[in-house]
Amino acid sequence: MTAALHAVKPRDFHIVRFAGDSGDGMQLSGQQLTNSVGSAGFDLSSMQDFPAEIRAPAGSTYGVSAFQLQFGGTRVRTPGDSPDVLVAFNPAALKVSLPLIEPGALIIVDEATFTDRQLRKAGFDHNPLQGNTLADFDVYPIDITGQTLEALRALDMKRPDAIRCRNFFALGFLLWTFDLPRQTLIDWIDERFESLPTIRAANEAAVNAGHAFAETAEVGHLFERQTVDEVPLDAAEYRTVRGAEAIALGLAAVSRLADTHLMFCSYPITPASSILHELANARDPAVSVFQAEDEIASCCAAIGASYAGSLGVTSSSGPGIALKAEAIGLGIASELPLLIINSQRAGPSTGLPTKTEQSDLLQALHGRHGDTPLPVVAARSPADCFRAVIDASRTALRHMTPVILLIDGYLTNAAEYSRLPEVDRLEPIWTSRQLADNLPDHAAHDRLFKRDAASLARPWAIPGTHRLMHRIGGLETDISSGHISYDPANHQAKTDLRHEKILKVADFLPVETLVQGEPQSQVLVLGWGSTYGAIFEAVRGEIADGRSVAQAHFRFLHPFPPQTEEFLATFDRILIPEINMGQLATLLRSELPRVAERIVQYNQVTGLPFKVQEIRDAIRGLFTDD
Amino acid sequence: MTKSDYKTFATDREVRWCPGCGDYSILKSVLQALADTGSRPENTVFVSGIGCAARMPYYIDTYGFHTIHGRAPAIATGIKLANPALEVWVVTGDGDGLSIGGNHLLHLLRRNIDINLLLFNNETYGLTKGQMSPTSRIGTRSPSTPEGSIARPASPCGFALGSGATFIARGIDVDQKGLPVLLHEAKAHAGTSFVEILQNCIVYNKDVFAPVTDKKRADEWQVRVEHGKPLLFGARREKGLRLNPRALALEVTQNLDEVLVHDETNATLAALLIALCPPLPMAFGVIHRRSEPMFDAAFQVIEKSGEAPSLDALVRRATIHDHRQAAIDEK
Repeated sequence: MTAALHAVKPRDFHIVRFAGDSGDGMQLSGQQLTNSVGSAGFDLSSMQDFPAEIRAPAGSTYGVSAFQLQFGGTRVRTPGDSPDVLVAFNPAALKVSLPLIEPGALIIVDEATFTDRQLRKAGFDHNPLQGNTLADFDVYPIDITGQTLEALRALDMKRPDAIRCRNFFALGFLLWTFDLPRQTLIDWIDERFESLPTIRAANEAAVNAGHAFAETAEVGHLFERQTVDEVPLDAAEYRTVRGAEAIALGLAAVSRLADTHLMFCSYPITPASSILHELANARDPAVSVFQAEDEIASCCAAIGASYAGSLGVTSSSGPGIALKAEAIGLGIASELPLLIINSQRAGPSTGLPTKTEQSDLLQALHGRHGDTPLPVVAARSPADCFRAVIDASRTALRHMTPVILLIDGYLTNAAEYSRLPEVDRLEPIWTSRQLADNLPDHAAHDRLFKRDAASLARPWAIPGTHRLMHRIGGLETDISSGHISYDPANHQAKTDLRHEKILKVADFLPVETLVQGEPQSQVLVLGWGSTYGAIFEAVRGEIADGRSVAQAHFRFLHPFPPQTEEFLATFDRILIPEINMGQLATLLRSELPRVAERIVQYNQVTGLPFKVQEIRDAIRGLFTDD
Repeated sequence: MTKSDYKTFATDREVRWCPGCGDYSILKSVLQALADTGSRPENTVFVSGIGCAARMPYYIDTYGFHTIHGRAPAIATGIKLANPALEVWVVTGDGDGLSIGGNHLLHLLRRNIDINLLLFNNETYGLTKGQMSPTSRIGTRSPSTPEGSIARPASPCGFALGSGATFIARGIDVDQKGLPVLLHEAKAHAGTSFVEILQNCIVYNKDVFAPVTDKKRADEWQVRVEHGKPLLFGARREKGLRLNPRALALEVTQNLDEVLVHDETNATLAALLIALCPPLPMAFGVIHRRSEPMFDAAFQVIEKSGEAPSLDALVRRATIHDHRQAAIDEK
């Protein structure tokens, strides 16, 4: 037994990466480590990195599924750049993970899998556990397969089933290594496998064996418990939340704040389906869930629900949003509230379905026929999805308009440790049902199109309401009577009204402020969406290094809050990192011409979130005297 | 039943179909059926897609939503699921319902949501100026098929039966006596009611159904089906339909003892009746009706059961799947 593990120093935070075959339970292992870490009171941020294939051929490099988790006693905002602990369940997992991990990292491998056949499949021409290939790392080979089989010998299990428990052995090993309690994991196993006593016993035996193995081998604790104790986190006020969970909670909040039933209509698509699953499992009577026959139907059913007095919500990823475009146009023409959630993924076409991207911003703004403006909102972190859903829904209901909420594949499935929202401090949501309630009781159609002055919303007159019968649709209608109109001047007036109505959204928005840094900084790093955490860490690091940098992060991409141009104009250079080819940069150049010259794009589309270091390098590139 | 005044359901809008269009008489039958069956305007919604038929909601003084091409069944589904107390009607056509919107129609029918759907079949795209439609017969000359169409036509009622429809009826636009009755039956049915209405497009496909629908020929070319009654036709109802057991098809017989009695619950018989076409008479009336669970009823049970938890309780749930509560309690 090697004692190499002692060489890894305890530190304030760790970045752990699980990697193995898609069928090895890597996502489950990662989630469970996340839960154990979270319940011990650490701050954390996680991400999934998995292939589109459900069960890719075993041992292949393209079938490697990975889960990365950063946790520590101080605020953690990203899943981390380079893991310092890698758990590789086979040679292929080691092969694809090596370029990602930092020198000096601890590599735990299941040495039983390092057979000639598996090595060949992974593309190794020799066994990397021998020789100098891994000289820069701390390698800790364990016969995880053999140890797991040994631990489960007393149970009546077939060998392949027993081998499947080896991720729990690894979890047990890591729990001891990081000095984390086993109870959270054991409780979860008890509940999850309640009806499968053999599997339950096997998984628990594997956890305990891994834990005992680490203890007996005296591998040492990688984590010093006092680090945790310094952080005054009241566990009852915090929770681990994934983006999809925060969306589901946000929608539940909207139903209560607006006193409105919600109907979530969706069609399965990666990675947006997580939200459908969360809501279906939440079983909240205030939020109905309908799986439609296709993307178009899911948007149309949501529009129907909104027409009938619920708030219709539809959710998809880029290809599905493209299919919904015509229906969204109907929502705009007929002025109904509608929330469209886009979990962006790498395109074009099917692209990289499981990989993240921010490349649907311009689609959200312009991806419809005709002049069809709508508000566009973006969430910045998994927990922020809660607040973003409320902001987007409030806008949809207040202005009677479809709203697009942009999240992405990374945000949807990533988790972070977050303070519980203070729900009694959330503002109630106004709906234009109130306008309809106050309408005079006579037959004239035009009553139903008299607008609220502040929001330009029309009354939300809902079927089932006495004496408010009226007809709406996708044909252009007269600005005052609501009847079909082909009049040229009326079409101009209605087009102007549709634009003005969306611009009115800005009247309700707070002006942009800095996230960090000084208003007179030389460089502003401006982002939107899920890049928030990486930009935050990068800017914080650069400020600490003495550079004149500030950070701003947009919530509303359309319309911009008042005085956004003036706000941006105080900076000499505006660096815009985006996981696309420059869509916010393009938008700003056309919408805010005064700042166009100051914009510097930083674009990368690898299907992965930015690393902190990449953004730091981009910032430093602007300081030429360095 | 005393006849109510159908005009109580009419709007003040000028009806804008071509003079002589079959839609005028269908509208009148619909207004009549609404009045006769005591529909409440504030509880009734007409939803349509795109096409000539889709203009109908503008002329009915209920709630109305003229939507986008082919999607009316999906929008109506959302309306009905959000408020099951509403009486929801969908008006569609052969192009809207069977071509661009075929998928939605399939799923509406298989879910058996309590919606009444009227499919006006005129075997052409009227609003876009007469191209062949999915129900156009082979050889139909149209602006897009100058040499005559080459695709086989779809059967609206056959599609409905294959999709699991629990109510299938066929009527004729100008049949002011029979059509309102079919609409009553459609409204009374619990589940999706599918009504195909042969509609005469006098501009682009004039008299395409005349060989069957012409009043002078009705006795010979129409068999009016009624549950429990023999499948008779002819001026003196002197002939009927019997089963040819070897061909598994219907055929005409003069021997009235052999005539089949209509059983609207029998899907196999429905398939045989739907397939009838010249030189055999076409079937009209309620061809198929059976009772099946409705999606909207089950949906309500799932979605509306139980008290909604407070927001505070929701966010304090450790995760929605409740992984972490134990750990917090432990501390």
